[in-house]
Amino acid sequence: MRVVVQEAPFDFGAECDRFAAGRRDMGAVVTFTGVVRGDGDLATMEIEHYPGMTEKALTAIAEEAQARWSLGDVLVIHRHGPMRPGERIMMVATTAPHRRDAFEAAEYLMDYLKSRAPFWKKERAKDGDKWVAATEADEQALTRW
Amino acid sequence: MDVLYFAWVRERIGLPKERIETSAATVTELVEELRAREERYAVAFEDLSALRVAVDQQLTDFDAALAGAREVAFFPPMTGG
Repeated sequence: MRVVVQEAPFDFGAECDRFAAGRRDMGAVVTFTGVVRGDGDLATMEIEHYPGMTEKALTAIAEEAQARWSLGDVLVIHRHGPMRPGERIMMVATTAPHRRDAFEAAEYLMDYLKSRAPFWKKERAKDGDKWVAATEADEQALTRW
Repeated sequence: MDVLYFAWVRERIGLPKERIETSAATVTELVEELRAREERYAVAFEDLSALRVAVDQQLTDFDAALAGAREVAFFPPMTGG
């Protein structure tokens, strides 16, 4: 399991390659990456986080995924700081002997790190800055697990 | 103990972190102390349903005990991913 919190961009292709390499017993690799969507006149997305707690929260979520599904490995990378539309914010990846475990665990990771990992997004646009509000749908997504 | 603020809570209070001497037994008691300090705290803590709290970097509830706690953080619902 690997959990990385960093300001710098990450190389999605290289991370996927490295993560998927070297296992003969894993039939499935699932990856997801989140991208800053350039809605309206969004100039930058700024992500604040809680150093120390962020790493602990992500590790706990990844450990829970490993406990619930039959997985080979889990990777979580999440950036903080300012990002422009089109930049990759974060990625998760899972390996499993079978695809259902890999898909479900990746969705679980996404649902939980969206509302239980201490990150806050601020949108900076020409007409002002705005904190992104958590949605009821995000909270609701946790109830299915 | 150290009290930390994030996102708009930090902006409303005007600082990211402060050291507070308190005998508050629970998070709610600490919030009451802070609210009574100054208007900016009263504004930031006006609606607790819009806030989340972590004690020693673990998410918890406002009725959580503070005995032995080193760090309390207040912030809005999280928006990762």
